Amino acid sequence: MTAVHSAPAPGQSRAGRAEISDRSRAERRLGLLLSAPAVLVMLLVTAYPLINALYLSLFSYRITAPDDKRFVGLANYWTALSDPLFWQDVFTTFFITFVTVAVELVIGFGLAMVMHRALFARRTVRTAILLPYGIVTVISAFAWRYAFDLQSGFVNSWFGLGDYAWFSGRWSSLFVIILSEIWKTTPFVSLLLLAGLAQVPRDLGEAATVDGATAWQRLRRVTIPNMKAAILVAVLFRTLDAWRIFDNVFIMTAGQQKTETLSFLTYRQTITRTAIGLGDAVGVLLFLSVVLIAFVFIRGFRVDLSQVRGDR
Amino acid sequence: MALTVLAGGLTACSGGGGTPTLNWYINPDDGGQAKLAAACTQASGGKYRIKTSVLPNDATQQREQLVRRLAAKDSGLDIMSLDPVYVAEAANAGFLRPFPAGEAARFTEGVFPPAVQNSTWEGRLYAAPFWANTQLLWYRKSAAKKAGIDPKAPGFTWNELIDGAVRSGTTVGAQGNKYEGYMVWINALIASAGGRIISDAEKGDDATIDIDSPAGRQAAAIIRKLARSSAASPTLSTDIEEQARSLLNGPRGGFMVNWGYIWRAENGDAKDGVIDKRIPADLDWARYPRVNANQESKPPFGGIELGIGAYGKYKDTFSVEAVRCITSTENMKKYMIDSGNPAARAAVYDDPEIKKEFPMAGLIRDSINAAAPRPITPYYTDVSGAVLSRWHPPASVDPNTTPARSAEFIRQVLRDQALL
Repeated sequence: MTAVHSAPAPGQSRAGRAEISDRSRAERRLGLLLSAPAVLVMLLVTAYPLINALYLSLFSYRITAPDDKRFVGLANYWTALSDPLFWQDVFTTFFITFVTVAVELVIGFGLAMVMHRALFARRTVRTAILLPYGIVTVISAFAWRYAFDLQSGFVNSWFGLGDYAWFSGRWSSLFVIILSEIWKTTPFVSLLLLAGLAQVPRDLGEAATVDGATAWQRLRRVTIPNMKAAILVAVLFRTLDAWRIFDNVFIMTAGQQKTETLSFLTYRQTITRTAIGLGDAVGVLLFLSVVLIAFVFIRGFRVDLSQVRGDR
Repeated sequence: MALTVLAGGLTACSGGGGTPTLNWYINPDDGGQAKLAAACTQASGGKYRIKTSVLPNDATQQREQLVRRLAAKDSGLDIMSLDPVYVAEAANAGFLRPFPAGEAARFTEGVFPPAVQNSTWEGRLYAAPFWANTQLLWYRKSAAKKAGIDPKAPGFTWNELIDGAVRSGTTVGAQGNKYEGYMVWINALIASAGGRIISDAEKGDDATIDIDSPAGRQAAAIIRKLARSSAASPTLSTDIEEQARSLLNGPRGGFMVNWGYIWRAENGDAKDGVIDKRIPADLDWARYPRVNANQESKPPFGGIELGIGAYGKYKDTFSVEAVRCITSTENMKKYMIDSGNPAARAAVYDDPEIKKEFPMAGLIRDSINAAAPRPITPYYTDVSGAVLSRWHPPASVDPNTTPARSAEFIRQVLRDQALL
């Protein structure tokens, strides 16, 4: 909290840059010293593996043939980028991400409204809505797989679908994967949106009502614009989350029927094939795509992460 | 404080210098291997103790865990139950302790040739055959009668099987999921047609790729025919062994190719009331169907070989003794009775107790003797993955294009020029 207090407002800082008092200089030095251990730990746990992956991605190297390790430069990247499988997986990942985030945003907003407005049994309603998010993804994935399974599942008998094999086709498999993903993470979105809703000052809505605005107009013109930051943060977090989807696909189809995602592709090169060089190249590409998404959101949509914390 | 607790924990783990403990990583079974571990611990007279740790369920994941441990030179990995297809890879990587010629002779005496072949790499024995497996054609007598076919007839082929099932409205179960079980099916069909997937495997990524051959095309034609017929399981492209079994027990149940564990499983399920009691009585078996009527079929080969970790503390002493105990003829028999998994020594099959317990023991023995191993190469995972990615789903297989495309793809994958 002190940091927030002592940080000058944007306007002031520009003006005050020319002459910094001794005191603030000392404070700055102390700040650096205090944060240095944290920065070091971060470098150790995130930068080291990343740099190691970058280094290994330049080799043709398999764990099971350690003697055949040889330097190949950027060849692994070329192999990955020129492989149709890579682009197929990029498309699959993009499709899952786009559909889940879009649907979750709409349903999540509805649920946030319900949680916000619930007049009675408020806690029960909130708990019920948040429950799926508390379930471990692997377990929920198994539950959905068994539900749609031809032999053990109830979905086909409920809807009279007979022998319809959900996991034997690409789009029907993706449908189940996306459905389970939506079921699982919509509560997360609605939680973030609920925080946003709570921040919209009540008097703005009341003023609009006095001016004769309908409920729909109040929603579109007052509530949503005031929640912009919360919405963008929800979309950013969920996009990054969905982009690295792994568990659901692993349990339900194991990447079959062209349902493989980018993380799964990395997993199979690195862990299954033990082709460390090639796998790390794909991993680095996955990392770069995540950085790109984060960059586009934060710069392009001007997401201000501090806004959702309520530091206004 | 925390450090002392930690140190205490570590000493507790290492056994504190008492009886040496051998860690045996086993594939999941019904407790048969754990019983053998206990029996051999007892037989050692207090020299060592065998502790079992269970590996994941499917072969690919078992390999992943073992490779991770071995690549990290885990000294606590003394004995491992290895799927035969991964012996060459582990041996080539230096993960396994080879058996000197003198020892090797004892471990391979009376063992089925495919099991020895699979445990050998570059002329040295790297694993001790423990149990061997093969697939039979299992069928319901009533279905065969209805279809008007006799699977036991000499020269019985896949084509007759599929046609018969289609005529009678019954099904032919097989393993069509994108996993090792499907590779088993593809390999058995190609081998039965007189071909193979690769040869000169010792050349590593320069191996000769033979899948694009008349045999490869015949295999593709059979898979396509079944997958696109009414005799196929609706979920063929995701079916593993157990789905094939429940298909056989279902209302359209007829035929399936599957491993020997079926006999135990079916009888057990009938006893527990999971399936109709009449099903086991209606169940019959025949040798793996042929591709060509005038050419003997080559059934699939599977099982488990026991490897000794190259980094274990007792690799030259107790581990060898323990493996010798576990793979003794009488323990193989015991394991077969306990778990239903067939022994790796032919002599076991003449035992009256085995004959009584497994009426098809003679057929299993002959099938294992004639079985064709999957490609023996240190790059097995790549070869298998490359084949599966071009041959899956079964209904998409086309004899005119699939074998050729898979041949090209295997080469690219072996040279790290393609993702898998």
